[in-house]
Amino acid sequence: MNRPASIRTAVEARLARRHRSERRFQFYGAAAICLAVAFLCLLIGSILIQSVPAMTTWRMTLEVELDRQTIDPRGDMSEASLRRGGYNAAIQNALRAQFPDVEDRAELRELFGLYSSVNAARLLNRVVQDPSLVGRTVSFTLPIDDDADLYLKGVSVRESRAPGPAPVRIERREGRAVSLASDTAVFDAYVEDVREVARERARTLEQRALRAEAALADTIDRDIRAIYEAEARRARVQAERLRERLDDGAPVVLGPQIPSLLIQVSGAVIRITEVSADRSSAQGEIVISAALDEAAHADWTLWTLETPQAGRLISDRQIAWADALRERGLTRSGFNTELFTYADSREPELAGVLGALIGSVLTMFVTMLLAVPIGVGAAIYLEEFAPKNRITSIIEVNINNLAAVPSIVFGLLGLAVFINTFGLPRSAPIVGGVVLALMTLPTVIISSRAALKAVPPSIREAALGVGASKTQAVFHHVLPLAAPGILTGSIIGLAQALGETAPLLMIGMVAFIADAPTLGLSGFTEPATVMPVQIFLWSSAAERAFEARTAAAILILLTLMVSLNAAAIYLRRRFERRW
Amino acid sequence: MAYDTNPAPSTVYHPAPPGMQIKVAARDLSVTYGDALALDRVQIDIPDRSVTACIGPSGCGKSTFLRCINRMNDTIDTARVRGSIKIDGEEVNDRSIDPVLLRARVGMVFQKPNPFPKTIFENVAYGPRIHGLAANKDELAAIVETSLTKAGLWKEVADRLHQPGTSLSGGQQQRLVIARAIAVNPEVILMDEPCSALDPIATARIEELIDELRENYALIIVTHSMAQAARVSQMTAFFHLGALVEYGPTEEIFTNPRDQRTQDYITGRFG
Repeated sequence: MNRPASIRTAVEARLARRHRSERRFQFYGAAAICLAVAFLCLLIGSILIQSVPAMTTWRMTLEVELDRQTIDPRGDMSEASLRRGGYNAAIQNALRAQFPDVEDRAELRELFGLYSSVNAARLLNRVVQDPSLVGRTVSFTLPIDDDADLYLKGVSVRESRAPGPAPVRIERREGRAVSLASDTAVFDAYVEDVREVARERARTLEQRALRAEAALADTIDRDIRAIYEAEARRARVQAERLRERLDDGAPVVLGPQIPSLLIQVSGAVIRITEVSADRSSAQGEIVISAALDEAAHADWTLWTLETPQAGRLISDRQIAWADALRERGLTRSGFNTELFTYADSREPELAGVLGALIGSVLTMFVTMLLAVPIGVGAAIYLEEFAPKNRITSIIEVNINNLAAVPSIVFGLLGLAVFINTFGLPRSAPIVGGVVLALMTLPTVIISSRAALKAVPPSIREAALGVGASKTQAVFHHVLPLAAPGILTGSIIGLAQALGETAPLLMIGMVAFIADAPTLGLSGFTEPATVMPVQIFLWSSAAERAFEARTAAAILILLTLMVSLNAAAIYLRRRFERRW
Repeated sequence: MAYDTNPAPSTVYHPAPPGMQIKVAARDLSVTYGDALALDRVQIDIPDRSVTACIGPSGCGKSTFLRCINRMNDTIDTARVRGSIKIDGEEVNDRSIDPVLLRARVGMVFQKPNPFPKTIFENVAYGPRIHGLAANKDELAAIVETSLTKAGLWKEVADRLHQPGTSLSGGQQQRLVIARAIAVNPEVILMDEPCSALDPIATARIEELIDELRENYALIIVTHSMAQAARVSQMTAFFHLGALVEYGPTEEIFTNPRDQRTQDYITGRFG
């Protein structure tokens, strides 16, 4: 080390700074990776958590009597006759047999809301396949309505049960009305609850009224003023009504805005309609009846549904019925196979991704068949054979530009060219596949060209040197070496197409398709939808049960993507050769 | 073009050795890459069954000259070849000549060993197979064996013919590549710095091989090593700035260079 001292110190002075900047850069890199991983975990975790309710489903098993007269109206046991049978009525009768108290029409409608009438078609199919069932009683398992399902899963309704603090006497009145009386204030806890909730709600209502009034002061337009005025008035009136209920001296009248109270006593369920001012007695109606003697009952349960009726889609009675079905062992929770074996449906409990999966498979098949051979062929020609002149460079630039074109533009093209000009069917996988193939082509071409370019020129020279023609050199030597890269690029392009929604919206693949397309040649022209579009449709559906199903469908799509990418990695490893 | 107005580059020709049979003859051979002149009106007669070494500093055009002989310059888009080059009196640059056929007659060995990423057997068998030189598997196996034997590699690889060619050492790979070139039974073998990526022992082995191959082929070898040129070649051509400066029997060039540039180069004054 015979450097002059001055140079040494100069280098040393910079050295510390260089090391520092290197460490800083490494820290930034690690931080960026940590952030990305954290977001990924957050994303997958939240989807997983959200999809949990869709993993299982509650089903009820009913003993359905297939009465000869209802099921076979013509009495000749022909298929046409069997198809006209009253299957829904049979299911309704089976359900009514469970709850004989229900009589009035509105209540019956509520009861039948526990299942979807679509299930009648499933029963029909079973009978048509096996006509010997007619006249017998079959046990029929059907998924319970989505709102009841969510209740049974405990995700949509907050509820609490507490043993009755003191004996209560129950007195039957006319019809199903009953009155309950006790020596102590047994409803005290409930009323306190209600008052807390009511107070909270009154506060929010008053705030809403204040906001509307503030907005009113700033508005000149008459129509808009009227809207604000109405809103402020409504909020004030509702708040006032709630405050009245808080009045200590008044009885509490149960309504849709406050928590509901049900009483369970020796098998019967009573829905409370009014609690007296002294909180020791109440009026109610029987939802599920049982033999009740006039003596005081010590063993009873206060069942509070803390989510008010206005905040849920399942009524008090439906909750009582669903709970009773569970108590009687008629409902069972199991893996949600419907999600995989059914196509789309308006009823979440009968909605599945099968139709979308088949649609995706058909669409991807068309895309693969077009994009991979054309893309790889174009890449080979451009990279190995095409003369390097102005025309090829223009083509090259445009291919790169096409890769950056918003995918919806390809959808517009598909609509204008394939559907309008060529008259291909709407919503069909064949059109979707062609459109996605156009979208994927640039990706395939660019990645294939990169893979071909990465093959060392020495291999080409070696092949040409022993007298191989250009084509032989390319197909015998260059292409096998580029194959892993080409495969990876193609699969990534296909995965991208698999997750694409926008262009398919344009060609009508966003339609509601209740029947899964045929997994065969005719399926290509049948209306279909694909996985990402299904997710899009479900995410905007009103039913709450679709929320979890959306997350579950995303998981299924993600699984598909990950397995496609895993296949790409596997193929790459498998075919990769050193040179 | 501007250089057309220049006087032709004057090349010093030493008297040819007695009984020289001309294999490759170039007349007024010029090559341009775009605007750059790489080879300027070269005139040369290369003898059969001997080794001709092309020497000269980097960028002097010796590799370009080599690539003219089997038309490898065709693969470079910007390359333009003018003038005539004949093998056994047959014009190479003629349109009627199929480069594929030409390259079967003129084998080439590159600077870096470039075996195909296939088995040793496949490497050698590829040429005969595409040219249809073997009628059946046994014939093909025989061609592979003779080629590997001629390349002096058979003993080393006989028991592992189905291992990848890339698993061999650098020197072995270069001999494998030579075997691959021999397998199609060429008349001329071009070698572009065949030993520059090898250690001295492997180099010695290749040089030995080149000396053996001289019996049957016309070899043209580009080298940066003056010692190598002196050791293996019978004829030497010295190129400088695209022009052929001096050409003649190796002994003459190395002991009695007539051009100042040749003298400076071989005595190590530049290059």
